[in-house]
Amino acid sequence: MNTVVCLKQVPDTESQIKIAPDGRSIVTDNIKWVMNPYDEYAVEEALRLKEKFGGEVTIIGVGPKRVTESIRTALAMGADRGILVDDPAVADTDPLSTARVLKAVINDLDYDIILCGKQGVDGDYGLVGSSLAELLGIPQISVVVKLEVSADGSTVRAHREVEGGISVIESPLPLLITAQKGLNEPRYASLPGIMKAKKKPLDIKTLADLGLDPSEVGADAAKIKIMQITPPGQREPGKVVEGETPQEKAANLARLLHEEAKVI
Amino acid sequence: MAQGIWIVAEQREGELRKISFELVSEGRRLADKMGQSVTAILLGSHIKGKAAVLGKYGADKVIVADDERLATYTTDTYVSVLAQLTRASEPAIILLGATVQGKDMSGRLAARLGVGMAQDCVAFSIENSNLIAIRPIYAGKAYATVTFEESWPQIATGRPNVFELNEPDDSRPVEVIGAEFNLDDSQFKTKIIESIQQAGGKVDLTEAERIVSGGRGMKGPENYVILEELADLIGATVGASRSAVDAGWRPHSDQVGQTGKVVSPNLYIACGISGAIQHLAGMGTSKYIVAVNKDPDAPIFQKADYGVVGDLFEVVPALIEELKKIL
Repeated sequence: MNTVVCLKQVPDTESQIKIAPDGRSIVTDNIKWVMNPYDEYAVEEALRLKEKFGGEVTIIGVGPKRVTESIRTALAMGADRGILVDDPAVADTDPLSTARVLKAVINDLDYDIILCGKQGVDGDYGLVGSSLAELLGIPQISVVVKLEVSADGSTVRAHREVEGGISVIESPLPLLITAQKGLNEPRYASLPGIMKAKKKPLDIKTLADLGLDPSEVGADAAKIKIMQITPPGQREPGKVVEGETPQEKAANLARLLHEEAKVI
Repeated sequence: MAQGIWIVAEQREGELRKISFELVSEGRRLADKMGQSVTAILLGSHIKGKAAVLGKYGADKVIVADDERLATYTTDTYVSVLAQLTRASEPAIILLGATVQGKDMSGRLAARLGVGMAQDCVAFSIENSNLIAIRPIYAGKAYATVTFEESWPQIATGRPNVFELNEPDDSRPVEVIGAEFNLDDSQFKTKIIESIQQAGGKVDLTEAERIVSGGRGMKGPENYVILEELADLIGATVGASRSAVDAGWRPHSDQVGQTGKVVSPNLYIACGISGAIQHLAGMGTSKYIVAVNKDPDAPIFQKADYGVVGDLFEVVPALIEELKKIL
């Protein structure tokens, strides 16, 4: 069973986000770049499928050279090979164009399951996975928290998180799933894994290598444009609820919620 | 020329969900600025009787796609019907809910139509008949204002609990019509095997009006009973911080924050939560925030409207007693 994991590199969730002087991007100095947390679940699930059914795990990233570090992390966890599409033309593109680039890479691969994180924790679009499934003409199951593949490898049964419960979906292969927290507990790369990863193939491709033109997938092709990035609104300074004892504080809080905020 | 605003209503088990009314209300406000009409699209089975109520919130027309195969949401069937209806009528703007269903459809629908999609928006405006959307990025550590390049329809999903409901107007006329579409069963590969409801059938965190949330200060899973009691009393849903989830005290689906759920209730009560940056990002748009924490320097107090410095194991039970007097 061959799997493909689409990987994004994002600022660590600990990061403070500062807006750049152009007002349309963020300051990237001092940002620690990491594998998107949801993609870690996708990589781990692909490795578990490989352990059960055999086959190869291919990691695909789109972005600048530094993304190779996150791809190497996935290789150190146990993935077999990596492909990075590094082209200045896709730096500022939108999710649909990213999906088109991924499709061009995947067209040359033999795959049974494609795994993506449910969303990148940077732009928070959560659109690349489902757009890619559409472009490839394969079914999708999103926000998956449990994945079971039948013993003969022909069908998938996935639990997806819906409001107030779980929906169990069955699908034939090939298909695309997007990973939600809870799917598994991602492993850490072992030292031997890190050593091995250095020798695993990691190809870097440009749009031209994929037969794509920047006019189809680059910033100019983006259907969504960011005009401005602004900080969140500042909240009004709050009140410290007075009281000598916990009972007094609780009584004052109850009164404030009822009479001032009128939310209870 | 593309015309009109479409709202994709959402139903579950034949009942309209609140996001449908929120979107119709917002769609009405936008349509009035453009001098255009609002059409709600409703997919389901034996659902036509539910259509008219959408008119009370501002829909001029409801197009109902009624078919047994649409009773329950599946990606394949719903995207197929929506894409067909869109191509036939060419609306200018389509709004869906940024719900599990809406977010599952959105990328697929946008890719099928080859247009742009703004996901999980918290505000909309209209400029020269174009949709402008504001959406949180980095889980709310910043906000992006996005526009659509010259392509239609302009599609966006709107976050639940954010858009104000219009006062329902019983006298508003509404036209309900049936949709024309084809469903080709050979195209539909996925099927739903089972739906498992969470115990108690609580309102999901993303839709909850009130949330009582507990963190590391809860000291263990057994202590959440006091939060459950407070939540039951005020009709709230219980949430948790990442550290409480990672410790195995609460299920992943309860996590609020950057790698959990982003929530915007009317009232968010944080108990024993210090306020890591990822958590603050995930609940910072709540209308009223209450923090109960022993540490007066905890970052959560910078976001709180009402801060109680104290031991939650004393304050929360006392608060329950006080609220019982009021309610």
